[in-house]
Amino acid sequence: MLRLENVWKVFDQGTINQKVALKGIDLNIKEGEFVTVIGGNGAGKSTLLNAVAGTWPVTRGRIFIDGNDVTGLPDYKRASLIGRVFQDPMLGTASEMQLEENLALALRRGKKRGLGWGVTNEEKKMFRERLAALGLGLEDRLTAQIGTLSGGQRQAVTLLMASLNAPKLLLLDEHTAALDPATAAKVLEISDNIVREEKLTCLMITHNMTDAINLGNRLIMMNEGTIVVDISGDEKKQLTKNDLLQKFADVAGVQEETDSVLLS
Amino acid sequence: MSVIDYFYSLDPAKLLKNLPGGVAQGILWGLMALGVYITFRLLNVSDLTVEGSFATGGAVTVVLITGGGPAWLRAVFGASAGQFPTWAALLMAFFVGVLCGLVTGMLHSYLGIPAILAGILTQLALFSVNLHIMDMSSNIPVSVDKYPLYVSGRYVLRSIPVAAVITAAIIGILYWYFGTEQGSAIRSTGNNPVMSSAQGIDIEKMKMIGFALSNGIVALAGGLVAQYQGFADVNMGRGASVIGLAAVIIGDVASRAIFKGHINFAVKMAFVILGGIVYYAVVILVLWLKLDTNDLKLFTALIVALFLGIPYLQSKKRESFASAAKGGSGNAET
Repeated sequence: MLRLENVWKVFDQGTINQKVALKGIDLNIKEGEFVTVIGGNGAGKSTLLNAVAGTWPVTRGRIFIDGNDVTGLPDYKRASLIGRVFQDPMLGTASEMQLEENLALALRRGKKRGLGWGVTNEEKKMFRERLAALGLGLEDRLTAQIGTLSGGQRQAVTLLMASLNAPKLLLLDEHTAALDPATAAKVLEISDNIVREEKLTCLMITHNMTDAINLGNRLIMMNEGTIVVDISGDEKKQLTKNDLLQKFADVAGVQEETDSVLLS
Repeated sequence: MSVIDYFYSLDPAKLLKNLPGGVAQGILWGLMALGVYITFRLLNVSDLTVEGSFATGGAVTVVLITGGGPAWLRAVFGASAGQFPTWAALLMAFFVGVLCGLVTGMLHSYLGIPAILAGILTQLALFSVNLHIMDMSSNIPVSVDKYPLYVSGRYVLRSIPVAAVITAAIIGILYWYFGTEQGSAIRSTGNNPVMSSAQGIDIEKMKMIGFALSNGIVALAGGLVAQYQGFADVNMGRGASVIGLAAVIIGDVASRAIFKGHINFAVKMAFVILGGIVYYAVVILVLWLKLDTNDLKLFTALIVALFLGIPYLQSKKRESFASAAKGGSGNAET
């Protein structure tokens, strides 16, 4: 579903601030895989996600989504294939627009936006059902301005928006990091449900090792712009936090204590 | 002259007599402010192109009505020998205004020039363009006695309903347009460009459409104002962006004071027009108080600075280092 071939990303190339953020990433994610991505600060997790999303062009390499070569496409032209949820709950929704307007914008992702009405009545009905499934009581607030919703509610709405028209790929970028623990748990539960029910292929970045272990069916650890650990199947099911810390220590060649500080 | 003499010299009847003129002008400039509203509030950018495109609209309208303009264009509207239809002149003004906006949009999107600077560049260029449109004269008169003008300062009471109907029609069209899929995409681009890109919206294209539509409306308003005042002048757009802001902000404050909570989009736009009317009522009042007309622009700038600053000062009052130093102003427990 997602294939990266020797992807490099160099920021500020040729300047004193030059930073090689991705060093020849090769990655092949199959349909229906739910991949969690962990790694310390500056490991290249977000850079990897942004490369896939098309935030900027990669320096070298090719990216394929569902067989389409998207390397040369900017983010808005890849959007029909991708659903995204950002770390900042404010980024995923238009705060001054109504809840139903936001959902309607997402429903038209990848479609031509013409002079038809922005939100139709059938759509409102569908939105109400989908919102009810979230269990946050949002189904009665279709015309509320998104800005009046809490961070957790906004993240849940962004998740719904990202999954509305069956994207080939769902990208979650530490989407619970800015939420309080209880809300984060709720949003994670919603994420897991949506990925299962819609049978989505998903790439989720997290700072939380427990989440990375508990969720999904494949785990990738990044360090200094490369993928250093790639675990799936039964090995992933039996993985413990200590295994993971040990693996990181082995690969990165640093002391275990510093790692736990970095990773937990 | 003593203060008492000054107050005796003020004639209430004269104020009443001048008020309808203020209303008519307020509606027409309010229409211009609707264009400003699109960029300032919906796209979230300050577009100074309007200072030029307003005069462009006036110039195009007056030149066409008074028998000028390219022969092919006159032929298109069957006016080769006769009168160029007023509606067609305004349509052309709108069209040329759209082009002005596209120029700013292209400077911004393709050359990466900040929107405010792109607007300043277009506006400066338009000064020369406008002189060319007016065949190198800085002022062209258009008499209501000779041409079928829609509005005129000579027939104020007849002009008010005409201006109101045109404005209402444009509010209706904008209400429809910004409710469509494309209009929603423009609004979301102004509100949250990151989210809009992620939802597959070409935000540069949306900004371009916004600039174009905004300046089209501004130029149309320029065409109407030129008719109302009986001439097109190369300087008629000076201060238009600030007057537009004044109308938008006055409308904002008034609508928030009257309605609590969600305000319908059409009502918001109607309040922009009301903002224009209030602005011109204040201008009439200031003139009636015998203040120097040359000070009007200073006065306008002060009002806009005040209204733009008030929300900031209010938030500062709620939360400032100065009050924190005094032990805080709010109730932390509640």
